Amino acid sequence: MSVQNLSTAASLPGTPPGGSAARAPRRGAGRAARRNRWTVLAFMSPWIVGFGVFIAYPLLATVFYSFTSYDLINDPVFVGLRNYVFMFTQDPLVWVAIRNTAFLVVAITVGRVVYGLLAALVLTKIKRGSGVFRTLFYLPALAPPVAAALAFVFLFNPGTGPVNQFLALFGVKGPLWFNDPALAKPTLTILALWASGEIMVVLLASLLDVPAEYHEAAALDGAGAMRRFWHITLPSISPVLLFAVINSIIVGLQYFTEAVVAGAVASGSSDAVGNIASLGYPDNSTLTFPMWLYEQGFHSFNMGYASTMAIVLFVVSAVFTIILVRQLRATGATEEE
Amino acid sequence: MKRIIPAIAVTALAALALSACSGSNGATSSLSPAPGDDEKVTITVWSGFADKELAVVDEALAGFHKLHPNITIKSEGSQDDDKIAQAVRGGTAPDVAISSNANALGQYCKTGAFQDLGGYIKRDDVNLSNIPQAVRDYTEYKGVRCSMPLLADDYGLYYNKALFEKAGITAPPKTMSELQADAEKLTELNPDGSIKVAGFVPTIGFYNNRLDVWAPQFGAQWQNGKGESSLATSKGWTDLFTWQKKMTDFYGQDKLTAFTSAAGQKYSADNAFQTGQIAMMFDGEFRTGFVDEQAPNISYATAPLPVADGRESSYGGSDVGGNIIGIPKGAKHVGAAWELIKYLSTDTKPLVQLANGLKNVPTTLDALKSPDLKFTGTLAPFLDIFSNKNSSSLPTTSNGAAFLKTATDFAVKWQTGGVSDLKAGLKDVDTQITNDAALQQ
Repeated sequence: MSVQNLSTAASLPGTPPGGSAARAPRRGAGRAARRNRWTVLAFMSPWIVGFGVFIAYPLLATVFYSFTSYDLINDPVFVGLRNYVFMFTQDPLVWVAIRNTAFLVVAITVGRVVYGLLAALVLTKIKRGSGVFRTLFYLPALAPPVAAALAFVFLFNPGTGPVNQFLALFGVKGPLWFNDPALAKPTLTILALWASGEIMVVLLASLLDVPAEYHEAAALDGAGAMRRFWHITLPSISPVLLFAVINSIIVGLQYFTEAVVAGAVASGSSDAVGNIASLGYPDNSTLTFPMWLYEQGFHSFNMGYASTMAIVLFVVSAVFTIILVRQLRATGATEEE
Repeated sequence: MKRIIPAIAVTALAALALSACSGSNGATSSLSPAPGDDEKVTITVWSGFADKELAVVDEALAGFHKLHPNITIKSEGSQDDDKIAQAVRGGTAPDVAISSNANALGQYCKTGAFQDLGGYIKRDDVNLSNIPQAVRDYTEYKGVRCSMPLLADDYGLYYNKALFEKAGITAPPKTMSELQADAEKLTELNPDGSIKVAGFVPTIGFYNNRLDVWAPQFGAQWQNGKGESSLATSKGWTDLFTWQKKMTDFYGQDKLTAFTSAAGQKYSADNAFQTGQIAMMFDGEFRTGFVDEQAPNISYATAPLPVADGRESSYGGSDVGGNIIGIPKGAKHVGAAWELIKYLSTDTKPLVQLANGLKNVPTTLDALKSPDLKFTGTLAPFLDIFSNKNSSSLPTTSNGAAFLKTATDFAVKWQTGGVSDLKAGLKDVDTQITNDAALQQ
């Protein structure tokens, strides 16, 4: 019997000396700890199950399928790195789709955040009827994406659309908008900005949360409006700005419905939305990465290759998100700092 | 126990071996029999039809129910190929699926998404020679017949008779040179130089200006005898793209883009042919239904599509495609489903009924000769085009219409001046099509 056991036994009156007696309290404590552990697990189980079913399993399955030839009907066949080789060396459209998506990510992120912030700043200054203006700015966010895309193609129709007719009043020959490969993506970006009311609402809430005393004190010290915005407003709302940036990146990465509908309708084939012939019209300028992934997985029955594309998209977006969060942390733009 | 295990293994192997013998093309042992007269069955039929068109289909289905009172049919419209494929993958497939996307047939046959009908055709002695060759070609994949045809589309030249008269043209063009000459005569410009009336719009991707529609008229072959992509080696493709560029240059690409961008949607009432802004266009027989309904006052006629110069002997044919009907994997009442498919795709009465109602071409030779077929006036030429020996269909491939996208993307680049070397460009298209196909092997 060790010294430790003796001391333990001595400290517990009424328990017989010996090994079993010495282990009894520890077993009890262990049982309690185990019970405690099970209780914690039980409370965490909804999250664990949700994480396992909706995140871990799909992610692992996607990794597995990315190494297979899989048509979603028959069993997958292992093909090694073939899908990756195909993606990087033999599929020119995947690079077109990556470029288009990268454009939309940058344009939509910058546009949504700047537009949302400016709109929110203006709304904080409005004293009367602010509710009406907030509603007006937010309303487009509620428009269904298909209806919004249809309306924009109508508005920007080069021949009959009100936008070009308005420009014609000033003697300006309107461009081809959705029918011009160079302008189709910027026009899609305008559509995305128009519908970015939810970012404006979030930024507005954070702007209203900035204590007025900070501004008053700074003003007394002689700080101008720009200086107050830069040194008080911006640092105060930076966690929300970070959210807005990451949310907008995700919107850009997932851009799908509006691009599909706008391409099909602008091509004159609104009856065949999703048809491979009008996909990416004009000249694949609106072909986004998720569109090409969907096309491969569900229309061309290449789910193995689509999984490869999904993995690459996941890795790239994860890397950029990590870099972005680290950069923002380094500049003190997150709550942790 | 030691004896039981080998016995189970032997039994399992025997069962496996027996199962391997069944289900192959032409085997009849595992075929589902038709339900007996006293066996009540309800089968589900999915199709992409809606509204009036679905009513026409339902009428034909009612005719089957009358003949087989024990088989009730639940018809569900607006079910496109995405939904059919999802249902197959999810194990909730209907008993019968009607798809308007024959391009997907290769995928359906290869993957088994649609069941092989070869055994049923053999068992019931169905006469496939009653179906034109072009139609048989697009409804099977590498010898596996996993679908039957259910009405077809073919293509012809639509021309505005009033505009023809105004321009002093007395007959529709039969060659591409004639088409171009007529198009130039028929074209009218606005004072600012923009197109007011286009004689013929040569833009690939506009309305039904699709490569699959154009290719047969130039003798452009998609594949060579070995089944390899042959755009670079088939002379028809060079002829097609050269003529297309010549026609585009007549108008100017910018003017054409401005014109097509402002034109109404393909199937809307303001379709540019129906509003008189286009004098000639290539379109399917189904267009007659739209014109009759949406622009009854327009004076128009139809004729076979023109052919490339030097190919006058092949005048009269066109690309042929259409609906396919099959039994998806996982269907619960396969025997009854086959009875319905056989009825709809081979019996003259429902085929004629559907053809008249949907304004599509019936897909058997018997139905084409039926006195009940109401293909008169502007629809009449489409019957001749359909049965013309020069009519052909797209090849069926394991990745559906992927080759069509690759070729169409190239055509768009070509017509916008993005291709300097046609021959090299077509070679690249062949390579891409081959690479895409290899991904599934």
